[in-house]
Amino acid sequence: MNTTSRWEHFPHQADIGVRGMGATLEQAFEQAALALTAVITDPAEVVAMERLQLTCMAPNAELLLVDWLNSLIFEMATRNMLFSRFEVHIDGNDLTAQVWGEALEVERHHPAVEIKGATYTSLKVAKQPDGIWLAQCVVDV
Amino acid sequence: MDPALFERKSEIEWHIRPFGKMLVPGVIFADEKLLREMDAKVYEQVTNVAMLPGIVGASYAMPDAHWGYGFPIGGVAAFDADAGGVVSAGGVGFDISCGVRTLHTGMNIADIDAVRERLADALYRTIPAGMGSTGAIRLDGTQMDAMLRGGARWAVERGYGTAADLERIEEGGCMYGADPSRVSDQAKKRQRDEMGTLGSGNHYLEIQQVNEVYAQEIASTFGVSEGDIVVSIHCGSRGLGHQIGTEFLKKMVMEAAGYGITMPDRELACAPIASPLGQDYLGAMRAGINCALANRQMLTHLTRQVFSQILPQAQLPLLYDVSHNTCKVEEHMVDGRSRKLYVHRKGATRAFGPGHPDLPLALRKSGQPVLIGGSMGTASYILSGTEQGMGLAFGSACHGAGRAMSRHQALRNWGGRKVVDDLAGHGILIRSPSMRGVAEEAPGAYKDVGAVVDAADHAGLARKVARVVPIICIKG
Repeated sequence: MNTTSRWEHFPHQADIGVRGMGATLEQAFEQAALALTAVITDPAEVVAMERLQLTCMAPNAELLLVDWLNSLIFEMATRNMLFSRFEVHIDGNDLTAQVWGEALEVERHHPAVEIKGATYTSLKVAKQPDGIWLAQCVVDV
Repeated sequence: MDPALFERKSEIEWHIRPFGKMLVPGVIFADEKLLREMDAKVYEQVTNVAMLPGIVGASYAMPDAHWGYGFPIGGVAAFDADAGGVVSAGGVGFDISCGVRTLHTGMNIADIDAVRERLADALYRTIPAGMGSTGAIRLDGTQMDAMLRGGARWAVERGYGTAADLERIEEGGCMYGADPSRVSDQAKKRQRDEMGTLGSGNHYLEIQQVNEVYAQEIASTFGVSEGDIVVSIHCGSRGLGHQIGTEFLKKMVMEAAGYGITMPDRELACAPIASPLGQDYLGAMRAGINCALANRQMLTHLTRQVFSQILPQAQLPLLYDVSHNTCKVEEHMVDGRSRKLYVHRKGATRAFGPGHPDLPLALRKSGQPVLIGGSMGTASYILSGTEQGMGLAFGSACHGAGRAMSRHQALRNWGGRKVVDDLAGHGILIRSPSMRGVAEEAPGAYKDVGAVVDAADHAGLARKVARVVPIICIKG
């Protein structure tokens, strides 16, 4: 990871926005995933001990971001896990990723909220004029 | 929003005349203060919905409207299938059939005062709440499909409640037309361990006290008097509904152009009611409604178990169960003739007026109980549907307070522990696995539910019957 990689949340009246930035599209997607975890708990508290492989497909980069986040939401919900490390590879319309995390422990992670789904609101995936990639959308909680 | 954007029809009714591609007017019900405080996105979203094919009457927003996903939260829109009308996943929302039910207890504050802490702790131990909590039963494939077809009726058949509960639930507790085969394996997998769970966010289970009655006659029909202790449960269709919403939103976004639908906003994704995708969604969404009804029924059962241990003299019959994220087929009078319409209510409560044939006999004279949840620590309201409301917005009213600020801002303003301590100082016990979650849901982060309810009452959408205040709140 380099210094251009970072994530943040942005406000939405009812819910919350996740935003990832990086030198590449992949890094922006990885950072957006970290922002997703941070909606629930501090990512630094999530130990990257168990690895999963994920794949997604969508007709464009923006729909691919929604699919990527929704895949993570699905895995979190059905495996009762949280994730803190991500390696994303994007080839055209296909995304493959390795993600690492651990089982949710309520006493340790104190999950603030569970996420229902990633939405198309404030959805944007683009290379900024300064050359940094941005990937963002609002998630429904 | 600037009132100058609207044509003011009354103190409480603001119209947007059709312009551009709008097929019908936009109508917002709110007093001037609520309107001024509303997010500008509500105006944009109300006008966008007015452009959708087959819309009938107007694109409506309730007094608690705020920025939603395509449709405003607090939005009501009806479509005619025979006029090319559409069904929209965004117009229902991710949490399909999210709603509120209220149970009587037959107790008053003196009866529960001595056991208040015990009751709070027992409810917190018994009601699975928050991320990662699981229900007591895991459904296999056959049971899952039976639940998705049967809703609360399925739950009652399995011993979670009584037949008397069913007539106090919209659709008699079982949504007709549910098609479990239209629900993906992923959605079913997401639900497997989540039956009888509360969820998180703004969902809650509250023990409340009726502290003011506004309409005595209707209140006595509802069985509500001042001082009564009631239980309210706010939650929805859990992971199954969220997954159905996610999947169909994507399908509708990708296929809309193929149906010749051009959308001003990607999130308005919809499909013609008469199309295969529209029918698939309706089948899946109705299964989602049944999931929510079964879920609230199972939580009711758990609540009754707790009361039977701590207050064995209490009886907890159901007052009513409302859903506020739905699309339902209803008959409505439009320009003097009855039409079959697909009424979307996204963050809006059905509020059928007196005499409506869908109401149980015991409530037919009074109109439908309309249960409005407040934010944590503030009042909730019981209203009743009105004759006038049937003609205003297809028998619909508001659904809650609506957020006044983002979670982001709430976290900057409050700490969870302080919120819990402050509320305890006011006699309200909060139990939650997450202090950050409590901070995000701090009472100050929401609009004044009283103002919202007053606007609904003044507009004639529904009539104010009683106010309830929380004593115990279990938060996910």
